[in-house]
Amino acid sequence: MSQETLQVFIDGVVRYFHHTNDKDVKVGTPYLVENNNPAAYDVTGIIGISGPYRGCVYFTAPRILLKHLLLSIGELDTSNEHIFDLVGEVANTISGNARSRFGHEFMISVPVMIEGAPNQIHLPAQMRSYVIPVYWKAYHAAVVICLEQ
Amino acid sequence: MLSLMIVDDSNIIRRKIERCNDTDKFRVVAAAANGIDAIELFKQTRPQVVTMDLTMPEMDGIACIQQLIALDAGLRILVISALSDKATGIDALKKGARGFLCKPFTDDQLLEALTELTED
Repeated sequence: MSQETLQVFIDGVVRYFHHTNDKDVKVGTPYLVENNNPAAYDVTGIIGISGPYRGCVYFTAPRILLKHLLLSIGELDTSNEHIFDLVGEVANTISGNARSRFGHEFMISVPVMIEGAPNQIHLPAQMRSYVIPVYWKAYHAAVVICLEQ
Repeated sequence: MLSLMIVDDSNIIRRKIERCNDTDKFRVVAAAANGIDAIELFKQTRPQVVTMDLTMPEMDGIACIQQLIALDAGLRILVISALSDKATGIDALKKGARGFLCKPFTDDQLLEALTELTED
């Protein structure tokens, strides 16, 4: 995966957090992981990608980050339902925004949200994924890109 | 005051749009999580303005726009979507939408887009 491709998703993360009331987001250096050990926090929103690119993009974050993120976008109801909704919406927004670079053939699915263990995230074994670390407030989260062209 | 229907599969986005429109310009009369529910609610409530997500389960936003425009050619539809490529925006406009706002958006951007939509 090229640096330019990764930059599209880095820009998407930064753009998302800049639309909240607490804009001070930092993105760490992306790194590669084997797909038998995917990165995951408490709650994960996964977007399936099809078309010329195939694979998935997911946003994963601890529950406490998502609660504060809800408050930061003006949502006072931090119920579990809204935490799941938000993690899916962040993944959807970052993936959808990538179409400004990849075009309309970069097809994205509706989000699938999961909670808990990383072993629930099934990634293609023959591929590796890039992890983009995200630092917001005192919390860590990640965007994970698993794509082949 | 204009009647407004919000269509988005995310409850937090529906609630955000509703909060932004807590003004004397718009009155939210319906909210739907997919295109099929939106068609039914449109028939019941006949809103003058619709905000429309594109990526949704059951029936996506583009198909929903076509059906809504078939029911009311004068309907003012603002697409609010993360799909930020030009082709998608142009397709939505060809199907009958009158504006496009890219997610993520601020309250001010939403109000500005809705104001432009209703001043046409």
